[in-house]
Amino acid sequence: MIHEQVLKCLREKFPGSIVETEEMPADFIPIYQKNWAEIAAFLRDDPDLRFDSLQCITGVDLGEEGMDVRYNFHSMTHLHKIEIRISVDSENPKIPSIEQIWRVGDWFEREVYDMYGIIFDGHRDLRRILLPDDWEGWPLRKDYETQETFHGIVVPKVKEEWE
Amino acid sequence: MGLLEDKFEDNIIVASFDKILSWARSTSPWFFQFGLACCAIELMATGASRHDLSRIGMIPRSSPRQADVMIVAGTVTMKMALRIKKLYEQMADPKYVISMGSCATSGGPYWQYGYHVLKGVDIVVPVDVYVPGCPPRPESLIEGLIKLQEKILNERPLTKKAA
Repeated sequence: MIHEQVLKCLREKFPGSIVETEEMPADFIPIYQKNWAEIAAFLRDDPDLRFDSLQCITGVDLGEEGMDVRYNFHSMTHLHKIEIRISVDSENPKIPSIEQIWRVGDWFEREVYDMYGIIFDGHRDLRRILLPDDWEGWPLRKDYETQETFHGIVVPKVKEEWE
Repeated sequence: MGLLEDKFEDNIIVASFDKILSWARSTSPWFFQFGLACCAIELMATGASRHDLSRIGMIPRSSPRQADVMIVAGTVTMKMALRIKKLYEQMADPKYVISMGSCATSGGPYWQYGYHVLKGVDIVVPVDVYVPGCPPRPESLIEGLIKLQEKILNERPLTKKAA
């Protein structure tokens, strides 16, 4: 299956890049972010893998376990797909950008940056995409506090008696 | 009619100019298209042939300069709230606002946890008629518009207001 094939290729080409655990997960591949840009280029260009379509980039805040960036790839040539998960540090969230490998990654990465504040190193235009430029905080993080006013508009607090 | 009876030819109507003015205003409140979310679909349905808003004198306008009524149809985000205020200020007097649907009235489904949703458009602009519903059916919207017409009809724009 494609999952084993990708694991095998990555172990051969980039030794030490996969987060090895006793029971490897069956539906995604956890990798370290060290040389992610080269791995991504390999996933796209290898004739047997040829993941030519980046379908989604998702950010996940796992609380104490840090944050995850998850990539879904699909191959239009071989019609197979794979999910890659890379964990980042919540204190200093940084990850290499793949915006120049899949062009669509540009807006995906801006969205993850907008919601989680994860810095994509090497992105050429890393700005907020949905929220206003002067928004404070990263809304989908666990520790996000709603700002009290926005340009003079008072934001009502959560009404606690309605829990 | 007493004194004025049988005095004029048959194409002359005598009325107070104050009343004529508010009657004219109430029968042609051109509305400013302001579809922000799913309420816009119902707004379109109201304007389309089955419910046919133009039979009560309402024509959609795309510019705030030409509009009398702003129908805020949908979820008002913080980003949009600033624009709504700006567009409302660009409308010429007399101007009215209809808050269509739960989202525009109170935040709707986002009233408690929506960090980015304005909890009621009346925080930024004065609202004349609230139309409840999620989204309101065209009949409800027309009911709201008729209520607005009644309100305009009872206005006396030329009469000096008691201080």
